[in-house]
Amino acid sequence: MLNDVTFGQYYPAKSFVHNMDPRAKIVFVIAYIVAIFLAQNFFALAAVTLFLIFCVLLSRVPFGSVLRSVKMILFLIIFTAVLNLFFYSSNSELHILWQWKFITISWESIINMVFLSFRLFLLILGTSVLTLTTTPVALTDGIESLLKPLRLIRFPVHELALIMSIALRFIPTLMDETNRIISAQKARGADFETGGLIKRAKAMIPVLIPLLVSAFRRAEELGDAMDARCYSGAKGRTKYKKLTFTWRDLLGLLAFAALITGIVFLNLYLGGKFAIIDWFLK
Amino acid sequence: MEAVRFENVKYSYREDGKEYAVNGVTLSIEEGQFVAVLGRNGSGKSTLAKLINALLIPSAGSVKVLGMDTSDSKKTFEIRKNAGMVFQNPDNQTVASIVEDDVAFGPENIGLAREEIGKRIDFALNAVGMQAFRTATPSRLSGGQKQRIAIAGVLAIKPRIMILDESTAMLDPKGRREVMDVIKKLNREEKMTVILITHFMEEALEADRAIVMHRGEVVMDAAPEEIFSRSDELEMYNLTLPRAAAICKRLQNAGLPIKNAFNAEELAEELCELLQKA
Amino acid sequence: MRIVAKGLTYVYNPKSPFPAKALKGVDLTIEEGEFFGIIGHTGSGKSTFVQHLNALLKLSDGYLKIGEYDLADKKCNFLELRSKVGMVFQYPEYQLFAETVEKDVEFGLKNFKKDLKDEERAAAVKEALQTVGLDYRAVKDKSPFELSGGQKRRVAIAGVIVTKPEVLILDEPAAGLDPLGKKELMELLHSIHGGWCKTIIIVSHDMDEIAENCTNAAVFSDGKVALQGKPSEIFSHTEELLSLGLDLPVTAKCAKLLKERGIVLKTDCICEDFVEKVLALYNAEKGGDADAQ
Repeated sequence: MLNDVTFGQYYPAKSFVHNMDPRAKIVFVIAYIVAIFLAQNFFALAAVTLFLIFCVLLSRVPFGSVLRSVKMILFLIIFTAVLNLFFYSSNSELHILWQWKFITISWESIINMVFLSFRLFLLILGTSVLTLTTTPVALTDGIESLLKPLRLIRFPVHELALIMSIALRFIPTLMDETNRIISAQKARGADFETGGLIKRAKAMIPVLIPLLVSAFRRAEELGDAMDARCYSGAKGRTKYKKLTFTWRDLLGLLAFAALITGIVFLNLYLGGKFAIIDWFLK
Repeated sequence: MEAVRFENVKYSYREDGKEYAVNGVTLSIEEGQFVAVLGRNGSGKSTLAKLINALLIPSAGSVKVLGMDTSDSKKTFEIRKNAGMVFQNPDNQTVASIVEDDVAFGPENIGLAREEIGKRIDFALNAVGMQAFRTATPSRLSGGQKQRIAIAGVLAIKPRIMILDESTAMLDPKGRREVMDVIKKLNREEKMTVILITHFMEEALEADRAIVMHRGEVVMDAAPEEIFSRSDELEMYNLTLPRAAAICKRLQNAGLPIKNAFNAEELAEELCELLQKA
Repeated sequence: MRIVAKGLTYVYNPKSPFPAKALKGVDLTIEEGEFFGIIGHTGSGKSTFVQHLNALLKLSDGYLKIGEYDLADKKCNFLELRSKVGMVFQYPEYQLFAETVEKDVEFGLKNFKKDLKDEERAAAVKEALQTVGLDYRAVKDKSPFELSGGQKRRVAIAGVIVTKPEVLILDEPAAGLDPLGKKELMELLHSIHGGWCKTIIIVSHDMDEIAENCTNAAVFSDGKVALQGKPSEIFSHTEELLSLGLDLPVTAKCAKLLKERGIVLKTDCICEDFVEKVLALYNAEKGGDADAQ
């Protein structure tokens, strides 16, 4: 039952995108999000979409795997879509299509719904390209490196990164363990599949307690093992892996600069998202 | 030189100081020795191991590692650099999701330069025969391979003493063989002092010296062959003979004039001589 | 209950980027009454196979029948099957969860036999704890977490045998125990075998353990059964076993070395028998010499 959870959905492949510096990729994802929010009309969003498709092709990750990431938040997209459809108010009486009590549907609310859902959709797809092409380890390294300036204000960057990487390291181990405990309790007749919410939650106790006990035991042993390997905090510690920017990251930088400039121009020349209503009604 | 010295060491996990897990142990281990520590569960073996690299500090008495007293907290770091420890469960000693990052953890902690860390990783993975797995993910490796990575992680710090606390207990025979081969090679080629805590009597045979612990005390301390010749005494401490030695003893008891044999090869040799002579 | 598997196939994560074929057509019959050993190195498919035996893994392809239960049949009563086929996992002490030993041991009973009276349940728990060699009154109200490692394992085993399964499967039951603990565990298994527990199946890496205890065994390799039969038969295939990366029991290793030097010793690999055969050979040779003189 736990095999369905796609954590750290890294898709192993050798590609231009896989080989980029994780720090650059994190920065680019931020730039990509900025681009999405800058985009004011459908043409600009289309430009972002084309850019995304290009990135996915470059990453050699099958489109199916990228689209799967949307599944998890499909509910959220539908929810915002419905909310926008019913509650976005139009300024112009002429554009109202249907009204019932405080619910109104107008041309604007339809456009707004499509626009926002599409935006959310692109947001998820884009960030999943990052997680699909970057190992969790590289991702933590990247975050640690980007957060380094925060050390000046005594923010425990090293400790945070270490905690993150150990957590990532233990996820597969604890998943295996959970599966084993579930099987063992099932063999003793435990039933996890039937009954209401409360019954099912109660049925998980024989799984959660051993898991917790084992997590503590593991933490204790890991602590000893780290001590034995001379761990004594960030002080005096060196780092083996150094992240380096390459020509790939430079190309990426140029591409994103182009994307954002393009969007600004599209915004300027083609008007806001509702401009198409007028074209349509004409 | 003396690698480890225990001077009337006592240790209790309880605050009130009752029930000593290690109760008055005096012991000296020379550098370069390969020592196996045997004993039932709860006989104090693991406590003994943790006392060596200052994970535990004795309640009474003193432990000296290469002349440094473990109760001196200024020496802790230096002691741990010199006395590496490998634990039972390979899953609980790996900190990183990539083999080379995990091996780098120790050298990073002692503040080595990046080029030197790279060299240490090469050296350590080479010593355990895992060079090909440098960029692999530990969770996808076999138990024996994971444990060899754990050993590499300790080796990369270049300790002079290696303590293995039941490090073969969770492995299958193949994994156990792999780990034992690595340990023996380190002892022979790198002159490393090895302290191996184990339940497997066969493994003790590969050591120079075996120590039997019982209720926190050292009750036997001799060459493994001698220890396994004193089978009545071993039985008192709830230990068994290696299987081949047990068979040999039964044959001797049945009146067969053969010498002590401790493994299948020796036993076959003895029987061969006997039967061909007869 | 007789266990019959034919063409059993299983793939882990079939739709992921890393599908892993764990079983590639297993044909195996385990008769009622056997003390059956399953051998194979890590990743040979033996654990996957035994997990099929009480329907912990869904049959994906092939035929598997346990007594009257047909596991390919969707209407098969898995809960009832599990009450008759007990399964002790590796390091079972890591699955203990309840506040007291008694509550942990009775967990299976409460799941399988819901209409049992309190006294009956307490009696069953008492019997199970006594069977594994623990003092019911001394441990029943203790937290399982404050027991020693060996005691924890006994409690965990009691939690499985409390329902008196006809078939008991144990995945490396002796792993991590000290020599005496191992010996006591095997004695425990023999003491229940043949009573309410008709068939015992152990997965083990220890060839000596298999040779000494099992009536029949199977060697798994690469998702298939490579060898099966009596331990003495299996261990006569020395070359095959070694090529599969498996060990030989000391007796078989010794017999092999003697054979290389021209001394033929027919032994069924059990210590007792080995000693007898060596003595017989020795006496015959000596006797022969005496005659010649």
